[in-house]
Amino acid sequence: MTDSFSQIMRRDPRAEWIARNRLHPLHDSVVSANSGEVRGPSGLIRKNPHAIGFIGPNGIKRIDRAARNGSISGALNNQKRSSGAAQEVVLPLHQVIDPSAYIVVVPDMTGGRLTAHDKDIIGLAHELIAEEGSQASTAVVVVCFGESKETQFDLAGVDRLLHLSDVDYDGFAPEERLSALLKVEETYQPRHWLFPDSIAGGTDLASRLAARLGERPATQAWQVSTTQTVCRGASSSTDITRETPRILMVLEECGNAIDETRHEVLPLDLDMTKDAQGPSLLIDNGLMAVDPNAVPLAEAEFILSAGNGIHNWEQFHQCAAALGATEGASRVAVDDGFMPRARQVGASGTWVTARVYLAVGISGAIQHMQGIGQCDKIVAINTDAGCDMVKRADLAVIADSEEVLQELIKLTNERNGISADDVLQKEENHVA
Amino acid sequence: MLPDIKVFSLLSIGRHPQSGRARRAEQDARAVELGLSLVGRDLHLVHAGSAQNDDSVLRQYAGMGLPSLTVLEQQENVDALPSLANFLHEHEAGVVLTGVRAESGESSGMLPYLLAEKLGWPIVSRIADIVDIKEGVADVLLALPRGQRRAVQVALPFIATVDNAASAPRQTAYGPGLRAKIEVISNESTVDDSVLNWQVTPAKPRPKRMKVVKAKTAADRFKAATAKPAGGGGKVLKEGTPAEKAQAIFDLLLEEKVIR
Repeated sequence: MTDSFSQIMRRDPRAEWIARNRLHPLHDSVVSANSGEVRGPSGLIRKNPHAIGFIGPNGIKRIDRAARNGSISGALNNQKRSSGAAQEVVLPLHQVIDPSAYIVVVPDMTGGRLTAHDKDIIGLAHELIAEEGSQASTAVVVVCFGESKETQFDLAGVDRLLHLSDVDYDGFAPEERLSALLKVEETYQPRHWLFPDSIAGGTDLASRLAARLGERPATQAWQVSTTQTVCRGASSSTDITRETPRILMVLEECGNAIDETRHEVLPLDLDMTKDAQGPSLLIDNGLMAVDPNAVPLAEAEFILSAGNGIHNWEQFHQCAAALGATEGASRVAVDDGFMPRARQVGASGTWVTARVYLAVGISGAIQHMQGIGQCDKIVAINTDAGCDMVKRADLAVIADSEEVLQELIKLTNERNGISADDVLQKEENHVA
Repeated sequence: MLPDIKVFSLLSIGRHPQSGRARRAEQDARAVELGLSLVGRDLHLVHAGSAQNDDSVLRQYAGMGLPSLTVLEQQENVDALPSLANFLHEHEAGVVLTGVRAESGESSGMLPYLLAEKLGWPIVSRIADIVDIKEGVADVLLALPRGQRRAVQVALPFIATVDNAASAPRQTAYGPGLRAKIEVISNESTVDDSVLNWQVTPAKPRPKRMKVVKAKTAADRFKAATAKPAGGGGKVLKEGTPAEKAQAIFDLLLEEKVIR
């Protein structure tokens, strides 16, 4: 008796009514209660193809594959999406077990990070290995001198990393670096040496190595395969096609940076017992102080840029001088006559390549953001927390620019060992 | 003026970027200018090549105010290294100045390095200026990217390549150039035969890299096409005193090593 009763399908008119009414507060829970696992007669899991999507405001069913809507399926997808974003996509790991040959890349590491040029060359090294075919047994070794701030060696395609962090390699030390590379040559006998053909030191080091090893390198190479290399010659007016040598200095954009695999970044060791060398013939006396405003804006390393939010211009110039930054400006500041036209950053001014761009009182018009597209680190000082510059910035400070600049001047002077009294005194003398 | 040190400047035949005509090479002219500022008319000019073919260009260098120059006579396909190395060694050069890269031929920029290796001298590349030479040590300013300069001490004798950041060369005077004496030294030569296998063609324009958007769905492609350049994941400081905020900025500047 009871059995037959329990087999009768019982309708719940209220639940059906709620399910039909998508505006009902319980709508989501009622609909999702039915969406559990359903098995067909053969035991296979059945999917309900009608369950996806939601009814739009005009009563038509909509399927939002970007899953940005707040309905049930949207909410479910949103959960998935947020968890996916938190996990990050894990790329497949490319492993080189027990490599029999090496391709060594010596990147510039300007500012302690791999440059786009460096990444292209690491990509090129992998292309060479792939072309060779013996993919499993050749590893890409990156030799990195001095301090490194790079955290994404694995994504750049580094199989083995030889990090020489000794103080000797800091600054200008071509002889020390050369002797380290000679050690690498002796220990690993790489199939190829790849250097960036750049003014940041790659060409110099490569030329020294090639001269010492007595090998003829390919310079300004831009098309490299395992057999043939095309180089620029005669101040880039000719192409020289030649056999691929062991040492290559490669121009920008010659290979595609790795972006679909992760690599192991296993540390390599190098026996650095120093040979008894004569006294070094080159002594580094450090960087010179140069007038930051004499450096062309397009290639300045550190730019302090002013916008509409600056009211105390004297203080701004003082701050730029104290920090040793090149001055830049937004269009508004230039139009208002506070800065010369040559200092304008942005689409109609200069496209800058600074490593650090400190934007004071600039909210970030799209033309300005285009101009700073190539900058590495952007710091914003602004009173508006919602502006585009703050969204783009690596560090944003929501404050009045005048106070922060004042504090920055104070900090810099403290660091340089000048107390505030000295500055005042100097100003007084200046006035007198 | 440093009359007790022999300064040599190596000359090459330049190429005008538009017309392709032979000219005084940009960086070599800067090297000559630097040499002139060091020792004036005691500067020695050396060219490895053909005195007859390169005459007009060599006289442009001499027209910068030098009474004579030396040509190490050789054919076009001959390696310049041995004759130059011998010459510099014999004449006990103290400072040898060159451009970074020649404007003709392979323009690999290897010659100064190979000379330095052969002679066992130090080399500094891309210098902007030689500040001072005393007691066998030269104070040199290197030209770094982004307009920076580095002070380096080099022991004499040394080879230096001169960057475009060095002071611009003076104009050449036609008459004095014509009157300059060209001394030709002939010597035995070795042909650079590895070059014979190379194919030299006019430069092809390099393909520009396309921006490839790897998106799976149309919505992702649309987003990639319309997205503003947003960094995301930046730190925003709202709370705190101005001093704390300034300190945060200052720490970042120190970490990036833009403040010295």
